[in-house]
Amino acid sequence: MDTKQLTGSQAVLEACIAEGVDTIFGYPGGAIMPIYDALYDYKEKLQHVLVRHEQGGIHAGQGYARTSGKVGVVFATSGPGATNLVTGLADAMIDSTPLVCITGQVFAHLLGTDAFQETDIINITMPVTKWNYQITDATEIPHILAKAFYLARSGRPGPVLIDISKNAQFQSFDYEGYTVCNHVRSYRPKPIIRKEYIDEAVQLINQAKKPLVIFGQGVILGKAEKEFKKFIEKSGIPAAWTILGLSALPTDHPQNVGMLGMHGNYGPNVLTNECDVLIAVGMRFDDRVTGRLDKYAKQAKIIHLDIDPSEIDKNVLAHVGVWGDCKETLPLLTMGIEQKDRTEWLNVFAGYAKEEYEQCIKDEMHPTSEAMSMAEVIHAVNEITKGDAVIVTDVGQHQMVACRYAKFNQTRSNVTSGGLGTMGFALPAAIGAKFGALDRTVIAVIGDGGIQMTLQEFGTIMQTGIEVKVMILNNEFLGMVRQWQQLFMDKRYSFVDIASPDYVMLANSYKIAAAKVSKREELEAAVAKMLSHNGSYVLEVMVGKENNVFPMVPQGCSVSEIRLK
Amino acid sequence: MENEKQEFTITVYTENQVGLLNRIAIIFSRRKINVESLNTSPSEVQGIHRFTIVVVESKDVVIKVVRQIEKQVEVLKAYYNTNDEIVWQELALYKVLSDEITEKVKVERLLREFGARAVAIRKDFIVFETTGHREETNKLMEALAPFGLVEFVRSARVAIIKESAGFHEKLKDFEKREPGDELIENEYLGKREAVFTM
Repeated sequence: MDTKQLTGSQAVLEACIAEGVDTIFGYPGGAIMPIYDALYDYKEKLQHVLVRHEQGGIHAGQGYARTSGKVGVVFATSGPGATNLVTGLADAMIDSTPLVCITGQVFAHLLGTDAFQETDIINITMPVTKWNYQITDATEIPHILAKAFYLARSGRPGPVLIDISKNAQFQSFDYEGYTVCNHVRSYRPKPIIRKEYIDEAVQLINQAKKPLVIFGQGVILGKAEKEFKKFIEKSGIPAAWTILGLSALPTDHPQNVGMLGMHGNYGPNVLTNECDVLIAVGMRFDDRVTGRLDKYAKQAKIIHLDIDPSEIDKNVLAHVGVWGDCKETLPLLTMGIEQKDRTEWLNVFAGYAKEEYEQCIKDEMHPTSEAMSMAEVIHAVNEITKGDAVIVTDVGQHQMVACRYAKFNQTRSNVTSGGLGTMGFALPAAIGAKFGALDRTVIAVIGDGGIQMTLQEFGTIMQTGIEVKVMILNNEFLGMVRQWQQLFMDKRYSFVDIASPDYVMLANSYKIAAAKVSKREELEAAVAKMLSHNGSYVLEVMVGKENNVFPMVPQGCSVSEIRLK
Repeated sequence: MENEKQEFTITVYTENQVGLLNRIAIIFSRRKINVESLNTSPSEVQGIHRFTIVVVESKDVVIKVVRQIEKQVEVLKAYYNTNDEIVWQELALYKVLSDEITEKVKVERLLREFGARAVAIRKDFIVFETTGHREETNKLMEALAPFGLVEFVRSARVAIIKESAGFHEKLKDFEKREPGDELIENEYLGKREAVFTM
């Protein structure tokens, strides 16, 4: 084997190239300067996006990973650069997003001396990374990075952080090439599938009169959308989604019965407590999905498909736990089950959907009030995109409304912070989402609270010229907290009244075209203009100040106690 | 029964990696579970480390914690056992003043009764050692207290699982890229009672 001398920094970039990385989100600083110096010579092969804050960098990496299905790569320096990644790591950990984050670290001989910009990022990030490792010797770089990429994307994906001391970045060593990692002896990304559990599951499904499928992001992460569709189509079972499962099944699929959980649809919530077999696919029974656990699906036999064995029985006891990659387990189920027509059962869902429409959706989509509703804004977007756009949402009321009302035709079209609920996620994530899906329209839907948490990333849009459509749904409140204060805290609106800058002027100062609409008559044209504009665009839409998101399962209540008003 | 708290001994086979102790400790502290005792040592297989952790918790909680431990990349396997499934020992050291020992025959008899050994004899003090279960080492401590026990320290529990065949064969399976049928990893799914037993 021919060897050549490389520096640690060059080895990092060679690893990125070997792993098929095309875009890196990052921010330079003292302890990562050698890597940035090497990057200067790799400009042709590796595109670097300079963000305005490391948190923006990691959210962009997440957005990129979610739309592209590839590992997001983020660079940051030591100390504050590294600690600014923590929120994004926690977000990626809980939402199973594959990331490799490279942080610079002080010289190895300074470790533990409180050196300038030294922080113990390995220990700080331990609970929010799938794996992390500190490199102090350049010879470790090729195989540690190979392991990092392998761990990030295999099994249940997650974020990996590699901290590299400055001396290792400078250090020259005999480089023997890069070998992709596909085995770590202490790590089993997925098990051998046990047929007896498949058989038990098949039997339960075949005997079921009123089965319900609930699916999460596992279907998308497992790239098993086709397998999933075949499974539900043969079984005839209605399927409801978690917020991260959204877009794995087209919105208009006849068996797609809507969203689960706190602000989910009426039917899937109520009927969770009436079905006889509940088939959970790649989801983890989050408390926002289950509501009160001791009153959750107690009547049903539960089949739980998951790649992560620690999820099975964690929140809800499974009668049959099918541990495995759903891309492999779903076809085995499909093979075993009988083809069934379950129109009658689907009609029960349709009945609930009709009631929800009459009591809730109709007024949201076509409000009689003067103020616009968030739902009609999303509806206006649907009218033009027809469900082909990537929708990136922030956290709060607008997120729930966007997820409830946005239409999706293809997978990997919904990017949101589900588990962690990170306000400020959407703007940087949308930038990353666009880099991960350059041929698609990317629309960020953000509240007036969330946009103000990371709006410095307008600078990233300006400098890269990336095309992102930003819709700010402005209700002049931190709306979700205000809704809870209204419903559960006697309308004591404690610090939820939030002022906004002039977003049009702000966007213009970043050389981004922008407009503001406050009247319903102008909405459609404004949305059309935003979408047809060549380049990024900010559209601020003034919506009803005290509108609430319904239906709602109040905290501590059972899913069958869902309120329509 | 499942929710009653009792002593569980968790045995974890791991790679020898800096920081892994912290990764495992975090799993307990995040859930506000107090670790009664924690020992790390080599195992029967070269290069593989073995953690022995004692907690007082319900079986439900222990099962979840063990799965979280096993999920860590550098953990090969984790087992949990009740006290009747293991053989265990703890080691204790006691420092007493030599004057007390030589002057009071009673103390000497106490030491004999508890099977202690003298590991250091100095002009001014003597260090005794016993191994045994916690109650046993506690009893000697209580007995010595009236005679001026200067220092006392007890090690973490080390435990052998009665039914275990050791880790040699399991490791061979872990090293294979395509594991054989012997390595049945989801053996516990649906068989609640056989969870993680060997």
